[in-house]
Amino acid sequence: MTEVLPRIETDKALGHADPGDGWLSLFRRSLSASPIATFGASIILFWALCAIFAPWIAFHPPNKIDPMLIADPYPSMEHWLGVDNLGRDMWARIVYGARTVLTVAPTAVLCAAILGSILGLLSGYRGGWIDALIMRVGDTLLAFPKIILYLIVIAKFGASAFNIIAVIGLTSAPIIARIVRAVTLDVKNREYVAAARMRGESAAYIMLVEILPNVRGPLIVDFFLRLGYTTIAIGVLGFLGVGLPPPDPDWGGMVKETYGMLFVYPHMTLIPCFAISTLVIGFNFLATGLKEAGQDA
Amino acid sequence: MREASQPILTIESVSIEASGRQGVSRIIQDVSLTLAPGEAFGLVGESGCGKSTVALAIMRYLGRGLSITGGRILFEGRDVGTMGATDLRSLRGNRLAMVYQDPMSSLNPVMTIGRQLIEVPMLHGETDVGRARARAIAMLGEVRLPDAAAMMDRYPHQLSGGQQQRVVIAMALMAEPALLIMDEPTTGLDVTIEAAILELVRELRAKFGTAILFISHNLGTVARLCDRIGVLYAGRLVETGSIRAVFKAPAHPYTRGLLAALPKHAEPGDIGHARLSPIEGTLTAADRARTGCAFAPRCGYADPALCETKPITLAPVDAGAAHLARCSRLEFVTSGPMSAAQVRPATAASGPGRVLLALDKLSKRYDLSGRFGFGTGASVYALSEASMEARAGETLAIVGESGSGKSTLAKVVSGLTSATGGEAYLNLPSRTAPGGRLLDAGSPGGSKTPIGTVDVDQRTADTRRRVQMVFQNPDATLNPSHSIEFALTRPLRQQRGLSRAQARAEVIRLMERVRLPADLLRRKPHQLSGGQRQRVAVARALAGQPDLIIADEPVSALDVSVQAAIVNLLGELLEGGDLALVLISHDLGLVRHMADRVAVMYLGRVVEYGPSGQVFKPPFHPYTEALLEAAPKPDPDARAPAIVLAGSMPSPTQRPAGCVFASRCPKKIDGVCERSAPPVRAFGEHRIECHLELGP
Repeated sequence: MTEVLPRIETDKALGHADPGDGWLSLFRRSLSASPIATFGASIILFWALCAIFAPWIAFHPPNKIDPMLIADPYPSMEHWLGVDNLGRDMWARIVYGARTVLTVAPTAVLCAAILGSILGLLSGYRGGWIDALIMRVGDTLLAFPKIILYLIVIAKFGASAFNIIAVIGLTSAPIIARIVRAVTLDVKNREYVAAARMRGESAAYIMLVEILPNVRGPLIVDFFLRLGYTTIAIGVLGFLGVGLPPPDPDWGGMVKETYGMLFVYPHMTLIPCFAISTLVIGFNFLATGLKEAGQDA
Repeated sequence: MREASQPILTIESVSIEASGRQGVSRIIQDVSLTLAPGEAFGLVGESGCGKSTVALAIMRYLGRGLSITGGRILFEGRDVGTMGATDLRSLRGNRLAMVYQDPMSSLNPVMTIGRQLIEVPMLHGETDVGRARARAIAMLGEVRLPDAAAMMDRYPHQLSGGQQQRVVIAMALMAEPALLIMDEPTTGLDVTIEAAILELVRELRAKFGTAILFISHNLGTVARLCDRIGVLYAGRLVETGSIRAVFKAPAHPYTRGLLAALPKHAEPGDIGHARLSPIEGTLTAADRARTGCAFAPRCGYADPALCETKPITLAPVDAGAAHLARCSRLEFVTSGPMSAAQVRPATAASGPGRVLLALDKLSKRYDLSGRFGFGTGASVYALSEASMEARAGETLAIVGESGSGKSTLAKVVSGLTSATGGEAYLNLPSRTAPGGRLLDAGSPGGSKTPIGTVDVDQRTADTRRRVQMVFQNPDATLNPSHSIEFALTRPLRQQRGLSRAQARAEVIRLMERVRLPADLLRRKPHQLSGGQRQRVAVARALAGQPDLIIADEPVSALDVSVQAAIVNLLGELLEGGDLALVLISHDLGLVRHMADRVAVMYLGRVVEYGPSGQVFKPPFHPYTEALLEAAPKPDPDARAPAIVLAGSMPSPTQRPAGCVFASRCPKKIDGVCERSAPPVRAFGEHRIECHLELGP
C-alpha cells in the first residue's frame, strides 16, 4: 500500500495559513484570536494614520527652521515633542517621517516579494540549472555584507527613494525566493499539479495559479517581518547619511543630526529612535500573530 | 481460575471532553469495556470516532485540552486516573505497552535497534546489560526477524516497514506486558506483510498470554485476530459482543452498514458485480453532541420520536448477555434484511468492448545518477515488458504490493513520465470528417496513438483530454486555494473550450453525475469530507469527456463506509460502455468486486494476467495465490492463510536472472526458478509466467 504522507504536518511546519481561506479571513482570525497581533496592528495603524493625516495634525511645517527656539528646545504646549537642533518642530518631523518610512518600506518589500516569488517559483518548479543559477546568485548576494552593498550602490547612483527601494528589494528577494522555492518543491509534487499537467496547462499557469496561492501563508508572515527589517535598514541608511536627501524628515536622519547632543537634549535623538522601534515591534508582533493564526488553522 | 477471571482492564462508562477555543466538545461518551487476561478486543470505527483517544486515555497520555470527565479506567484493579507519576511510569512500557501505526515514529532514528530494545528492561529493573541484550536478541527471534544478533546493530532506516513494525512489537513485548495496545499496527503495510504481522501477533499472544486491545478501521484484520469487538461511533460504543455474534448477526445499523459496505470476498471465481451499500452522509461534530442516537442522521431505520429524544442505552441483542447494541429499534432492525444489494448488470452481456488501451512490452528504467551527476551504472527497472489491454466499458485492475510497478505503469500511461521501452497505444474510434471521409485509418476500427513514450507535455490536446486520472490522496488531489467550482470549470473551459455560461451548466451536470449537491461549488476543498473530495476528483477527471480513466488507489485513503460510494460511482461510469477504467489497487476485495481484467504485478513484471474470472480461479501464479490468502476477510471463521509470504520484495536495482518472485516463492523449484526466466503459460487469454506445471 502506498503510504499517505502527512501533508498537514508539512503545511504547519511551513507556516502555511489555512490555504482554504482568503487573506482577509486570515487577518480577521489572527486579530481576533491573538492579542499580540492586535497590539502590533494597532501600532502600525497609529503610524499609518499619522502618515496619512500628517498635513492636518502637524501644526508647523516640518522643515521650517527657527533659530529662536533652540534656546528652549524642550517639549511645550506649542511644540509637543520640542524642537530639534535647528529649531524644527519634532512632532511635525516625526509624522512626516512616518510618511517616508511607510511608503518606502512597503514598496521595497513588495518589489522584493514580487521578484522573489518569480525567482522562487522558477527555481523550484523548473529545477536543474535554472535552480542552481538562481540559488547561487542569491547566495552570493546574501553573503555580501548588506550595509556595504547599500553604501556602494547609493554612493554610485545617489541617494533617492527609488535607489533605496531598488537596493533593498534586490537584497531581500533571495530570501523570499528561498521561502517560495521550498513551498514550490513540496507543492509541485502534489496531485493537483499532476492533474493540471495532464490537462495540458502551461508552466506559467501552474506556477501562478496552482502553486503561488499556496505560498501566500508563509509569504504574508515574511512580508511583515521583512517590513520590520526594512524599517531598520532605512533608519540605518538615514543614520549613515545616505538615506533620503535632506531636508525632508527621515527618522534615521533625525537621529544622525542630533546624536551628538544625546546627553544634552536627549529627546531630539530618543524620540525618532522610539518611533523606529515601535514601528518595527508593530510589524514583528503582527507577523507573529499571523503565523500563529496560520498554524492553528 | 480466580486469578484469571479478574479483568486486566476495566473501562467504566468513561467520558472524555476536549476544551479549547471553540468551547467544550465531547469526544468519548459513556464507553465501557472489560478485557480479560489473554483476551483480544477489537475496537473499530471510522476516522474521528475516538478510537485512539480511548487508547491514549488508558495510558493516561491524553493530549492538552483533553480530560476524562466521567467514569474511571481500572488497570489490574487500580484506577489509572488517580495514579501518581511514578506509578504511571512503572506501568507504561512495563505492564502496559503500545504499538502505533507508524513504526518510524516509535523508533529513534539515531539509535541502533539493539540499544532501543535493551533500554526497555534496563528502565524497568534489569541491572545486567548482558542479560538484557540476550533477552533482546531472543525477542527479535520471537518476532521472526532474520539474523537477530546482526539486527541489533542496525539503525531503523536500514529496515523495511514490515521489519520496523516487528521491532516495535518486540520492544513492546520486551517487558512482557499484561496488556498490549495496538493502534492500527498494520495500516501502512502491504497485504502480505500485514498478514504476516497478524499471524505473528496471534502466535505471540498464544505464547505470552498478553491481552490485546486492537484498534483498527479494517474489519478484516479485527476478524482475524480478536475474540471480542466493540464498534465506536461518534465516541459512543454502539455495539459490542463476541466477534462471531457481531459478524454473524450485527444488530446496530452502523455495524450492519460497515459490513454491507465491504466488497464481498466470495469463493474464488465468483465475481461480484453487486452494488455496494455505502453509509450515506458523514460524521459531523454536531452528531457528537446529540442527546439521542449519534448515528440517527445517517440511519435508514431512524425514527425521530424514538431515536432522537432520549439517551439510548446498550441493550442485549439476544438472550446471551454478551452481545449488546445501542439502538432504540433493535428488534425492527435485526428482523430486516442485511442490505439491499442490487446486482449490477454484467457488462459482458454487451460483448467485450473495443480495445481502448493496449500496452505492448512497456518498460520503464530509471538510471540512478551518482555523485556529481555521473552515472553509477545502477538502474531501477520499475516496469519491465508489461503487456495488457483495457477495453471500453471494462475495468482493468492492476494489483501488487508497493514497489511492484503499478504506480509507474499509471504514470507512464498518464504521461507524467515516459517509458524507456515498448509502447502503449491509445486506440481511438475512427473519426470521420464531415463529408464521411475517414480521417485517420490506423488499426481496424480506429486510430492507434502511441502514448507510452510520449510525455504529457508532448501529447496533442486531444490525446491529453482522453486520458485522465483519479489520484489516491484526497488531501492533495484538489488545490486547497481553489473553490470546487474553479476546479471543475477550468478543465471544461480549457479542454473543451466551453464558454463561461456553458461551463457553468456543465459543472452542475457533472456535480449531479457524481451525486454531489450543487451548493458545494462555492466551498474550498478543506470544507469537504474525504469522500466528497474524491467525488470532485472523479468529476474533474470526467470534465474533459475522457476515454480512459486511471484510478490510482482511489479509495484506499477513505473510510470503509465512504469507499463503497466511490466504488459504486466508478462502476456507474462504465455503464455507458465508452469509458475504460484502469484501477490500481492493493485491495483484492475491491479488485475482485470491480475488475473485468486483472494484471498481477511483482517487481515491475506482470506475473499473471487475464479476465478476472480466470485470474481468481486456479491455476494461480504462486504470488497471486499468496495475495489472495493474505487479504484480510471480514469473517471470523475464515481459516488462517495457508501461505504467508516471508521477507520482502528484493531491491529493484538487481534484476533477478530467473523468476522475479523466486526469492519469496513458497513453491520454488530449486535450481530452476532462480536461474532461468519462467515460460509464459497461456490458457486462452489467461497468462501466467511460472516454471510450475500449472494445469487448468
